[in-house]
Amino acid sequence: MSGPLRKHHPLLKVVNHSVIDLPVPSNISVMWNFGSLLGLCLVSQILTGLFLAMHYTADVNLAFSSVAHICRDVNYGWLLRNLHANGASFMFICLYMHIGRGLYYGSYFYRETWNIGVMLLVLTMATAFLGYVLPWGQMSFWGATVITNLFSAIPYLGPDLVQWLWGGFSVDNATLTRFFAFHFFLPFMIAGLSVVHLLFLHQTGANNPTGLAGDVDKVPFHAYFSYKDVVGFVVLLAGLVFIALFSPNLLTDPENYIPANPLVTPVHIQPEWYFLFAYAILRSIPNKLGGVVALAMSIVVLFFMPFVHSSRQTSHNFRPLAQVLFWLMVVNVLLLTWLGGQPVEYPYIFLGQAASVIYFVNILLLIPIVGYVENKLLFS
Amino acid sequence: MMVTCAVTLRKKHFYFTLFRGRLHKTLYKTIGIQGRSQYIMAANLCRVSGRSLLKVQNVVTPAKANMSSFSKMSTGKKVLFGTLGAVTAGGAGLLGALHYSTTVHAGELELHPPKFPWSHNGLFNALDHASIRRGYQVYKEVCAACHSMQYLAFRNLVGVSHTEEEAKALAEEIEVLDGPDEEGEMFMRPGKLSDYFPRPYANEEAARAANNGAYPPDLSYIILARHGGEDYVFSLLTGYCDAPAGKELRDGQYYNPYFPGQAISMAQALYNEIIEYEDGTPATQSQLAKDVCTFLRWASEPEHDQRKRMGLKALMIASMVIAFFYYLKRHKWSVLKSRKIAYRPPQ
Repeated sequence: MSGPLRKHHPLLKVVNHSVIDLPVPSNISVMWNFGSLLGLCLVSQILTGLFLAMHYTADVNLAFSSVAHICRDVNYGWLLRNLHANGASFMFICLYMHIGRGLYYGSYFYRETWNIGVMLLVLTMATAFLGYVLPWGQMSFWGATVITNLFSAIPYLGPDLVQWLWGGFSVDNATLTRFFAFHFFLPFMIAGLSVVHLLFLHQTGANNPTGLAGDVDKVPFHAYFSYKDVVGFVVLLAGLVFIALFSPNLLTDPENYIPANPLVTPVHIQPEWYFLFAYAILRSIPNKLGGVVALAMSIVVLFFMPFVHSSRQTSHNFRPLAQVLFWLMVVNVLLLTWLGGQPVEYPYIFLGQAASVIYFVNILLLIPIVGYVENKLLFS
Repeated sequence: MMVTCAVTLRKKHFYFTLFRGRLHKTLYKTIGIQGRSQYIMAANLCRVSGRSLLKVQNVVTPAKANMSSFSKMSTGKKVLFGTLGAVTAGGAGLLGALHYSTTVHAGELELHPPKFPWSHNGLFNALDHASIRRGYQVYKEVCAACHSMQYLAFRNLVGVSHTEEEAKALAEEIEVLDGPDEEGEMFMRPGKLSDYFPRPYANEEAARAANNGAYPPDLSYIILARHGGEDYVFSLLTGYCDAPAGKELRDGQYYNPYFPGQAISMAQALYNEIIEYEDGTPATQSQLAKDVCTFLRWASEPEHDQRKRMGLKALMIASMVIAFFYYLKRHKWSVLKSRKIAYRPPQ
């Protein structure tokens, strides 16, 4: 067989088609780096998590102490823990940038890739939630209690479902052990689904900032984007190491350094920063079931993106009106994130409700209307 | 329509190559010149005529203008959008400033601690180890009567605040239940380096019984477990005062404006000269509080100094690695970035 080995070897040719000879639009910007960065975050989380799991004990009487043991007695255990805890934040930063890029440049028209991406988001959120319970601090316990109780809002099945999730009549030892098991398992599911995500992506090829067909000008992945991705890798790792070494508790809640106590409820129960926008939407609805539905819809609404996009142009690049809506969404999500961390009192309740309404109205109503208006202005 | 790509070398690369006297065969092929004299002539021509040589035709509209949504916007609109953006950013900044201000928040009654200039606050500042040693003395002679530090062992003091001999001597001051021995009996022995700090009470119930129902928290993580960290603990220790008129306190409670609810079950513990420091430092109340806070910060994260030292090394390595890979990426992309895409209409 002629030609380089990488082109005909059964295994190497898969690698070759993915990261060497893969044709990539030459004009994709740094915003396209976040996909590979997410891969790096996942690998980093799995590796640090694996070593943490060697020393962690999933038992309600020992979990907090085992984390203290990791940080105090295991060689560089504190570093592993800092990297793992802050790595989750970095993964969500990359995720939100990746989704934001997809929304801005209309990547949701690659339906299979987009839908699997939304599923990956849900799985990552679930994994992060399960992981936050493991140190068995006050916020771990009460976060688990609040979130698992959301399922009790499901009519008829709710209460039984919650007990089934807990493995008992409250968040307890059975809950912790199964949460640990699922926290260990889900990242591998994410890795598998990421491969499928890439598989579908490579069927169509990557989108590009113009939103036009990119076939007119493509370059091989290596050496262009391989080196560009490496720059992204070193910048992200430097940022992660910087946080882990200089300010490891920047994003953590002090409450979680208090061992879990079912008899003492913290004054403010709030999730990690990356869930705050959804938490603010949940709190904005006075009705429990309504809040849970709104919470679920805040993510599920991403599945609707291909259907609410009515403009004839794919990308926001040449759509000033749509750009206004996009940045309104970004600012609104930031506002919701801030509101999610505030106490449930005036004016935060009202602001949260207003921001929640804007979130859904923007996506489900304004985006299709603006697309329609643009079509009328430009093409009729 | 026919689109052709013409790869040309940028002028600065051209000069750079010429200056170093490296005559690349590939360059000759690209620009179709044979021989050194013609090459220098071409370089001179390029110097004189500059970028005009690189222009393809006037039919090409610069790509930058195409990509920008603001290129055809009137000045008035640009100013309007600019002002809107500035107002939005300013508003967000104001919200942030209000959110993080140290004044009393609306709807909250407790006083938020001010930020103190701890010597270990900076990115590269280590803990004051003389202060840690004094702080341990404060803990041992004052706090340990009620508060445990269950995650701290005497071995942790070695090389931080005490020598090995000193730490061994401190450990031997306590009696530890050990066993069983060869006859199956439990026995008491002097403490060892590997023993953890002794607990003042056998269990939580005993602690509550001795403290009017309140449970003195374990201090191993107290700095990380409180909003405000050592600023809060320092303010709490030095912030006791008389309750304002109208504020009623139950028996066994004390007024402290920094404590949530202001009614705290711990009496003021630190007074001037309540202990005598080994090193002769005047034991004022604020000095005692400062030292015990530094000790508690170390206790919450014993890796503090190693962490920052490692961070400094990581910064230095990262800056070089990022610069190297950024240059490498630019180098690999230089050909692609130097090309010009032209539209040549059919003749």
